[in-house]
Amino acid sequence: MKTITTIVTSAALGLIFAGPLAAQKAGEALTKEECSACHLAYQAYFLPKRSWQAIMADLPNHFGEDASLPDADRAEIEAFLAAGAADRQGRNPRWLQAISQDVVPMRISELSWFTHEHGNRVKNRVAKDPAIGSISNCAACHKGAERGHYDDD
Amino acid sequence: MIKTALLILTTSALLVGGQAVHADPARDKIIADLARAAGTTLSAQRGQAFFTGTHSGGKPDSPSCSTCHTKDMRKPGATRVGKPIDPMAVSVTRDRFTDPEKVAKWFKRNCNSVLGRECTATEQGDILTWLSSL
Repeated sequence: MKTITTIVTSAALGLIFAGPLAAQKAGEALTKEECSACHLAYQAYFLPKRSWQAIMADLPNHFGEDASLPDADRAEIEAFLAAGAADRQGRNPRWLQAISQDVVPMRISELSWFTHEHGNRVKNRVAKDPAIGSISNCAACHKGAERGHYDDD
Repeated sequence: MIKTALLILTTSALLVGGQAVHADPARDKIIADLARAAGTTLSAQRGQAFFTGTHSGGKPDSPSCSTCHTKDMRKPGATRVGKPIDPMAVSVTRDRFTDPEKVAKWFKRNCNSVLGRECTATEQGDILTWLSSL
């Protein structure tokens, strides 16, 4: 009897979670594919929801390039980023703490936490090495950046 | 049947200016469709000049296709944040220009970045004719 209850409960839970989970997986795959066509698909948890909304609202002017997408794709990516944003479910990670609620940071590399972590030494290294190209090229130094591993410096 | 044959003949005639060296049915169709929309003979030479030339009207960081793709189509390019872009020459990157949606998407974005407008069918066709001949 217990087994049957467990099975029934599991099946019900499966039905409840399968939809959103599948959607999240699809959103993740699409986000990775589209964003990483040009740059590392920066993890959603680096910026608050309001930043992702602002970024995704102006893809034709995306940091000096036109990165426009069909609206359905654009919306799906925004939903995925918003769901995983730094301030999801009331969170307040250390890279957000110095940011006022009415400020909408547009670049991870502009967060005071980021500039503090990287400092002038890294800035100079980037400036000197054309192979790195830009401070936005995380994976040039952080080999696990695509998987969210940044503690290798 | 005759209509189809005529269409193929017309398309072939339009393509004579720069017949693709590395044939692929999907890519050939993309170029044929552009040739038909252009209504003129496509030119690899014109494509090269357009691609490697400097333009105005677009975004300041990308005055030319070659800003990111370089002028050597057999070598990889790099996005402005340093991510490599596969070479554009079809002889090096074999699956280039075989997905019509992808082709349309990147022409729309990149022409807007470089020129501040969409590229015409002639411009697109010229570029693909050039890149398919390499």
